[in-house]
Amino acid sequence: MAEELVEIQRDADRVIVSPHGDVDMSRSPQLRAALHDALDTRGSLLIVSPHDVGYMDSSGLATLVEAMRTAKRKGTRMVLCGMNPKVKAIFEIARLDQFFVIYDNLEQASKA
Amino acid sequence: MMSDRPDIRVELLSDPAYLSGARELISSVCKRLGFDDLTCSKVALAVDEALCNVIRHGYKYAENRPIWISLWPLRDDAGEVSGIKLVIEDEAPQVDPSCMQGRDLEDVKPGGLGVHIIRDVMDEVCYEARETVGMKLTMIKRMPRSGAPARLSSKADKAG
Repeated sequence: MAEELVEIQRDADRVIVSPHGDVDMSRSPQLRAALHDALDTRGSLLIVSPHDVGYMDSSGLATLVEAMRTAKRKGTRMVLCGMNPKVKAIFEIARLDQFFVIYDNLEQASKA
Repeated sequence: MMSDRPDIRVELLSDPAYLSGARELISSVCKRLGFDDLTCSKVALAVDEALCNVIRHGYKYAENRPIWISLWPLRDDAGEVSGIKLVIEDEAPQVDPSCMQGRDLEDVKPGGLGVHIIRDVMDEVCYEARETVGMKLTMIKRMPRSGAPARLSSKADKAG
């Protein structure tokens, strides 16, 4: 189920989670499940790349905050990259652009 | 003068699957009324958050309860669209409107952002109990380029 909305790529020391489409109350549980899977994988870096997300609401933000807390607890570095301006605006409204480390693109995030 | 009768009134069930349809309706109407793309998205976000709050807190995730969305364009003295008024109504248990506050954003934790987002995005936000059952949320967004005030009149406030 989670793979339908969310693509997960695993490398040696990093996991890239790429949600697709809208992340709202009806679909954020799939993102939550995917992030849970990703954080169960041994890796030092978790990159969340919502480059293909056109819309995210507060349930999506809450899912990412929850994942960030879990990542910190497990010693995994979690970063975001590739947001479109509309999605980034939601992070700014919620002042979460200060809480997350956000890169412009995957290349920059991979060097994190 | 704005009519009591909304230009658009939609009834939907409290099923999260219909959130995307509601967003698309609000966003496309805002676009047609002359709002810029980012503002259209933000108004749709505010409506989405309002609907989510009804589903989550009002109806406790029951998916078969009614929610009504009503929409009025606001016009200035020259008849130009100067904003939009949206009303979200439900039949959920009534709560004290003064309790509808966003949480402290300094305390970063999952959840509780909906009311903050609504108040940040919209120019005017008013929670109140409906006359018989349920709650009513009235929101106004003025056209960013418009200098004309588009406040709720007492008559408009009774609409819906």
